[in-house]
Amino acid sequence: MRHTASVTLVLAAIWLGNSGHYDALLLSFGVVSIALVLWITHRMDVVDHESQPLHLTTKLPAYYFWLFKKIVASNIDVVIRAWRGPSSISPQFERVPAPQKTDIGRVIYANSINLTPGTLSVVVEDDYILVHSLSSDGMAELKSGEMSRRVCGLEE
Amino acid sequence: METYELLSAVLLAAGSFLLLSGGIGVLRFPDVYSRMHAAGITDTLGACLILLALMLLAGFSLVLLKLMMILAFLLITGPTSSHALGKAAWKAGVKPLTGKSLQR
Repeated sequence: MRHTASVTLVLAAIWLGNSGHYDALLLSFGVVSIALVLWITHRMDVVDHESQPLHLTTKLPAYYFWLFKKIVASNIDVVIRAWRGPSSISPQFERVPAPQKTDIGRVIYANSINLTPGTLSVVVEDDYILVHSLSSDGMAELKSGEMSRRVCGLEE
Repeated sequence: METYELLSAVLLAAGSFLLLSGGIGVLRFPDVYSRMHAAGITDTLGACLILLALMLLAGFSLVLLKLMMILAFLLITGPTSSHALGKAAWKAGVKPLTGKSLQR
């Protein structure tokens, strides 16, 4: 029920934000389209804790703030390597352990790896992620496990 | 010129520089995986800076809300699509060039 309410709220916010027309006719179209999408998502059985991770709401902002700093740092690193050319890179391709207990934890971890330029999650399995990294520094930093620990912290 | 306009101009210039750097990286790096890292610059910080600059210009309006939605969707779909691309390349049997093979 909480998940249905959350989907409805998100859809309504997106519709209102993108519309900009608030007369009766268009608002009723909005209500009808939201109801239609709700019906379809329920039929698809995708309204649950995975599509609407409400239990993470309070912890996510702090994690994303930390991740954003990482994204800025790794962007600068990749920009420097792009200008210095292929001689400045030394790509690595290795398995990185993914100790997260839940699917959504692994997805957040893999997405975070992808969001930071310089590391790319190629294959996600049950207990590891196959990662391509632009430099050995990037791979070493990932293997030091700080990001992984922080994602595990989200799960608790 | 107002302060926020100046700040917006600086952000736009920095964002454009990041997009240019991403393009240069895509052209210069050797294989599909390393090129995807360069493309990653454009769809994370590059897009962030340009959208932030536009948000400053938009002020408090519906446009601001739309720009925030664009940023949120971009930050969710970007890593998902690059994972799909990397996995597709891997499944198609594209072997990444690693440190040693590059030095040959």
